[in-house]
Formats: sequence, C-alpha cells, structure tokens
Amino acid sequence: MNSRHHRHLSVFSILLSLCLWAGTSHAAEPHEYLLSNGMKVLLVEVPKAPVATVQVWYKVGSRNEVMGRAGLSHMLEHMMFKGTAKYPKGSFSRLIRKNGGVDNAFTSQDFTAYFENLAADRVELALEMEADRMQGLILDNSEFQTEREVVKEERRLRTEDDPQGALVEALFAQAYLSHPYHWPVIGWFADLDAMSLEDLQRHYDTYYSPNNATLVVVGDIKADSLLPTIKHLFEPIPKGPSPKATLAVEPEQRGERRFLLKREAQVPFVMLGFRVPNYSSDDSYALDILESILSHGKSSRLYQSLVYDQKNSLAVGAEYSLMQTDPSLFYFYALVNPGAKVEAVEDALYREITRLQNEPPTELELQRAKNQVEAAHVFEQDSNFRHAMLLGQSESIGAGWRRVDQFLERIRAVTAKDIQRVAKQYLNPDNRTVGILIPQPPKAAEPQPTAAHAGKP
Amino acid sequence: MMATPTATGQFTRMRQWRSTCVLLLITAVASLTTSLHAADITPTKFTTPNGMTVLVLEQHFLPIVEIHALVRTGSAYDPPDKAGVANLVASLLDEGTTNRSSKQLAEQFDFIGGSLEAKAGEDFTTASARVLKKDVDLGFTLLADVLMHPAFPKHEFERVRSQIQGEIASDSDDPGHVAMKAFNQLVFHNHPYRWPVQGTEETVGKISLADVQNFYAKEYLPNQMILTIVGDLSVEQATALVQTHFGSWKKGNPQTRTTKKPAAVEKKAVQLIEKDLTQSTIVLGHGGISRNNPDYYAVTVMNHILGAGGFSSRLMDSIRDKQGLAYGIMSHYDARMLPGSFWVNLQTRTEATNQAIAGVLTEIKAIRDSPVSDQELSEAKSFLMGSFPLRLDSTAKLAQVLAQVEYYGLGF
Repeated sequence: MNSRHHRHLSVFSILLSLCLWAGTSHAAEPHEYLLSNGMKVLLVEVPKAPVATVQVWYKVGSRNEVMGRAGLSHMLEHMMFKGTAKYPKGSFSRLIRKNGGVDNAFTSQDFTAYFENLAADRVELALEMEADRMQGLILDNSEFQTEREVVKEERRLRTEDDPQGALVEALFAQAYLSHPYHWPVIGWFADLDAMSLEDLQRHYDTYYSPNNATLVVVGDIKADSLLPTIKHLFEPIPKGPSPKATLAVEPEQRGERRFLLKREAQVPFVMLGFRVPNYSSDDSYALDILESILSHGKSSRLYQSLVYDQKNSLAVGAEYSLMQTDPSLFYFYALVNPGAKVEAVEDALYREITRLQNEPPTELELQRAKNQVEAAHVFEQDSNFRHAMLLGQSESIGAGWRRVDQFLERIRAVTAKDIQRVAKQYLNPDNRTVGILIPQPPKAAEPQPTAAHAGKP
Repeated sequence: MMATPTATGQFTRMRQWRSTCVLLLITAVASLTTSLHAADITPTKFTTPNGMTVLVLEQHFLPIVEIHALVRTGSAYDPPDKAGVANLVASLLDEGTTNRSSKQLAEQFDFIGGSLEAKAGEDFTTASARVLKKDVDLGFTLLADVLMHPAFPKHEFERVRSQIQGEIASDSDDPGHVAMKAFNQLVFHNHPYRWPVQGTEETVGKISLADVQNFYAKEYLPNQMILTIVGDLSVEQATALVQTHFGSWKKGNPQTRTTKKPAAVEKKAVQLIEKDLTQSTIVLGHGGISRNNPDYYAVTVMNHILGAGGFSSRLMDSIRDKQGLAYGIMSHYDARMLPGSFWVNLQTRTEATNQAIAGVLTEIKAIRDSPVSDQELSEAKSFLMGSFPLRLDSTAKLAQVLAQVEYYGLGF
C-alpha cells in the first residue's frame, strides 16, 4: 500500500475500473441482505486465501456538493480518520495495522468508500470500527484546520503541479456547466478555505447513515456466521434522512467547446471529451465495446495508428465511464511525442473516429473486444479488493450488483452495426469538448540542476 | 492500485512496487516455516536439463494461469555509458520474433484477452503472461517465443528507442521523478545504480542495435532464469508445458558479475532544481544495505516505525498529522542485491520547505538517539508478520513473491 492515505479517485482511475465491469459467474454469488435500518449488505465467500476486504460505501461524492463548497465530501473523508469517543484520533489505523491490516479510503464524483484489507479472522474488528464511525465521528476544529492544509497539499500534488491532472480538471469544468461534475472531487482552493466545521457536520449528518450505505465483505468468510455479527453491530444505528438522489440533468451540448492550458511542461497532452449516457442506457454496452476496440491492448486501433504507425504519440487511449450515477464522458487522451505536432495528433484521433462512423469494425475486432471483456471479468475476481469495489460501486451509483450479472450477456449481443451507430450518434463534433496542454518554456533560466555542493540543507 | 494511464502515474506505480517488494521479502522470510506452509503456498521446485529453475504452485479457485519469468539481469549490468540497454532489450522482446511480427504478437495476446508485460529492474528483469486456463498452451507458446526468439527488427529498435526518449522527456513533468533521478546520481556516484533503469536521453541515444543484440545474447540464458507458474493447472501439466516450450533453449555461460558495491557518500550534498511549481519535492537520504545484510530485519522494523508504516509512522504523525505540511511522506530502505539506498520523500508548499526538512531531520535524529518504545516495536512486528497473507492474495502477487524468494536465495 502506498503512503497516500485518504486518496480521492482521480478521474482517470474511476474510469479505469469501468472496462472491468462484468458479471460474476465464475465466483460465488454475493449473499445479499437488507438490514432493518435500510443498510444493504453484500457478502462473498472466497476461500482461496485466509484474507478478506471490508468496504463501507456511502452514496455521497462531489455530485452531492453545492457551488462554493467543492471538495466537501473528500474533506469529510479525511476527517473520518480523526476519531470518535471510543476510538480517538489515530487509533483507527493503528489498531488495523497492529492486527496486520491496511486501511484507507477514496472519494469520487459519486461515492465515498472506506476499506480495511486484513486477515479473515480479524474482520469483526474492522466492522466494529466502521459501525462506530458511521455515527460517532467527533469533528474538532483544530484537527480540521490542520487537515485542510493536508488536503491543499494534495491538491497541489495532483492538480497544480501535474500538467495532465490540471487538464482533466479543466475538461470537466468545460464539459459540464450546471451539473456538479463541473467541479473537481478535491475542490478548488477558495472552496477549501471557505469550508467550515458546520459544513462538514451537515454533510456528515445528511449522508452518513445506514440507509445511504452499502457494506461489502469479500474473502475467506462464512456469510451465515458473519451476518449475526453485522446485525448486532449495525442494526442499532438508526435510519437517517433520505437525501435527494437525483439531480437536474446537464442540458444538451450544442457545438464544440475548445480550450488551451498553457503552463511549464515538456510534453503536450490532448484530450477530447464527448457527453454520453451511463449504464442506464442500452447504448452503454456498444460504447463499452467501442472503447475496447479503440483502446485495449497493443493491437487496438488507437495504439496501432498513433503510437505504432504514425509515431506521433507516446501514449494514447479512450475511456468510457458507464458506471457513474449521472451520464458522463467518453474521452480520448494522447501524450504527444516530442517533435510531433499537436494538430497532427488531434487530426489522427478524428480520423479514427470517422473511420468507425463510416464502416463497422470487423468481426475479428468485435470478437477480440468481447473476449477481452470476458477475460477481464475473470481476472478481476483474482483480487478480493477489486471484486468488492465492483459490487460497492455498482450499488452506490444506483445500478445494483444484479445488473452487473446481466452485463456479459448484453455485451455478447452487441453487433458491428451497433458500434457504428453509437460512434455516429455520440462521437460528433457538436458534442465534443477539446482540451490541449501547450507546454511553455521555463520562466527563469533553463532548469539545469545546480552543481552538487557541500553544505547544510 | 488506483492507477492512472499517464506516464506520470506509471512512474509512481513503479516506485511503489519496488518498496512493496522489500516488505514482501522480509515477511516471507520471517515466517517461512509458518505462514508459507500454513497458507499452503510452498511451490514445487525443479531444475530443467538446460538449467532453468521452475517453481509451480497450483491454485484452482479461478480458471487463470500466471506464467512469470525472472531473468537474472537488469540495468546494473548495462555497459558503461549506455545506461538503458537492459530496459531497451526488455521493451523489444514483444516487438517481433523470428516467428511473429510485433503486430501479430499483440493480436494473438489481445484476442484471448490475455496480457504480456516485460519490465527491466536494476537487478532483475521480468516477463509475465497472464491467460485464462483454456489458453494456457498459447500463453506458453507466446512467452517462450518472445524470450527465446526475439528478432530485434531494426525499424522496431529505432521506434522503441525514440519512444523511450520521449518518455524520458515526459518524466521531467513529474517533480517526484526529477528529484529521485538527481538523488540517485548523488548517492550512487560512479555506480550503475545511479541511472534510471530506462537510461537518460543522452545514454539511450548512444545505444546501437548491436548493443541490444549483444546484451540479449549474453544475458538471456535458460540457466539465468526462474520460471514461476501459478494457477489452475497441475504440476504435471506445468512440467510438460515447460519441457515442450522451453526445452530446446540452449544453456550458456552466465556472465561473471564484476559490479562493485556503491561507494559510501563522503560529505553532505545539497542539490537544488528550480521549476515553476507550487510545491517543493524533497528527497533526503543516504546509502543503504543489501538484501543479505544481517541487519536487514532490524533495519526493516526501524524503517517501518520511522516512515514506512503508513499512518502509524513517526514521520506521518509529525509532518502530516501534527504540522499539516504534506499529503504523503514515506521513508524507504531499498535493499537490493548490492547495497541500495535510504530516503525520505515528501512534497510541501514552497514556503514550508525548510520547516519540513527540519522536521524530517528531527525524526531521524530521534530514532538514532533513543530506542523506540516497546509499544512501537511490538506493533511494528505484529504488522509486518500479520500482514503476510495480504501480500499473497492474488495470482500475480504470488508469482512475484515466489520468484523473488528464489532469486534472493531465501529458501522455501
């Protein structure tokens, strides 16, 4: 596990998990329960190693924030490690580690999730502490002041000082004008500064309750014997408010939006974002296969064309975010090979899109994409953590884990004509947002390393 | 885990992987007689007539097979002034063999939804294929083809070399990478460990196709390889597959390793690199120890308490939780075949740079000056031993750990 406790899922990473969204026919089915207070419980028995992952998913992310308070969900995620009356500050992670486990959390546009990976015979400890902080969090002002600085450092690291991270942030801000996908999960500096303890308390009281949560445990457990423990720990927690689940939809885009980001960097970066439907549309299956044909593996169209043949890109890809609460983006990215022209890369991306609109993919390509989706679905279950993530995410965004089971069948039914149709319908210029990172030379002198010299730091 | 597909993200991943590895191995050893057996993950081990060490572990829960080849060569054995050869060779393995073109290899792997990844490190290089059980024969066929018959076509060599040069330029947009690169050049002066595995723009430019062919011919030998197979097949099947696909590979004479230990850093050095950024990236440290140093376990526990133990480490508590100076801070003791290095890394807002450095030095001094508390010691030990099974919870992780236990000669 890396050193970065409490991360928020970057846009890239949320999308990465999507291509692996698939059924669970090879592994045990989840045992599903609904507690009397409305909490959903999913338990999967995987006896292959004496370990388990415990994950608590809350249906709250940056989509549940308001203008001026961007980053509140993620900030609250950080504060969730600051202690309760029973487990004071610092003791949560210390106890988990003392028991040989690791813990962390992540926040996205749609959800916030907490997890503990540990030996299967220590699952109860994790459950006990998660139940405790579902209601018992102590929000302390001086802890908040310090943690706000930590989150600002996180923002500097991920966005301010990372040219590609900065471009992704700007792309969403341009593609969404009124929907909260407009602002970044980590929030803007000004919003972080404006946040108060009261904001955090209100957010916690509104969203952290059993009826807004899903508990997932995957590993070497027995559902029948674990369920009574779970009931004992979580059922005493009273049902909370029912936060509004739906948001007004972002109006249709009418015409290309285009922007440049100029900053000190070495390598240009190009992104195209197209507004597309999510899992709730039948077109999502064809879009998922389309992503695979474009971008999965070295034989995929984008790699073969831009990296291999034209040699104008160092890396290229397409990502489709079907597993989101609200419709999101199908986007393309290319890291421009130094020496190549940005315009050539952008044009090459358009040519690949046009090709798919003009002629359907070959049967071989279609079969390859389907094989990739099916194999990925088996590989996915090799990790308890990823398996649990898949279940937690599908519940949290409103799709439900059962829809995951139907996914493979729907994928198998996609035809070459479907691919061509969705390429025409969604990947059109009026529906497109284009962002380009234009590297600027260093402000000062060339950043030559100064000669090493002896001295005190 | 939460990987990003950008070049920046890949570097981060690589570094994390390396530090994770160190932990894996100590725990593997600490509990070899207990956990490895208790978890029933002792592999079947044998040596083929051409000298290849083979480890097989049956895992029947899912219909997948991981075939993991570890070759005992890496960037530490790059020719002088040509840093990056080992990496270029590894990158070219799947870019054309005497039987298949680059595109044919990609198409065959992609059609079965499998994956192939070849990666050079400082001490060793790995090439892994992951396939569904039904495709295991093809998985062996393709992995054996890229390891035994790479053709190194000239146009692929030119393309991949230029691609790597582009990636090196792109890495300059990652402050963490820039700082680490500078740190390694100071701490490993005059030693092959000083260069990034991929080389530098200058050294990569000097590499010729002949360099690549020579390196491959000298270093890629069956008797320099550990082949680890984990997954849904029997030991008998695995043995037969190894014989069929790798049996014709001719044994050779391994190179004598003359690389010396890195020399000690004699005086304190500070290097500043200016960029238009909001944070300072700080890497602070010195030379380290090798994997077989008798102090390895004491160093590992010490480092865990100081800064490798995540939230419960002293550095995290002081620099992040108490002072709010950084998002992440970690200390690393990177034990390799030859002595590696020790470093602490963090990012902090520019104006807090001195405060953060002073804070780190205070913690380093404190752990040198007085013994750690009994509680810290027992908690560190219970984590390092108790977390053992977590490190083996996927087929790929199992294959990596088994291969490295064998590589470092730790014994099963």
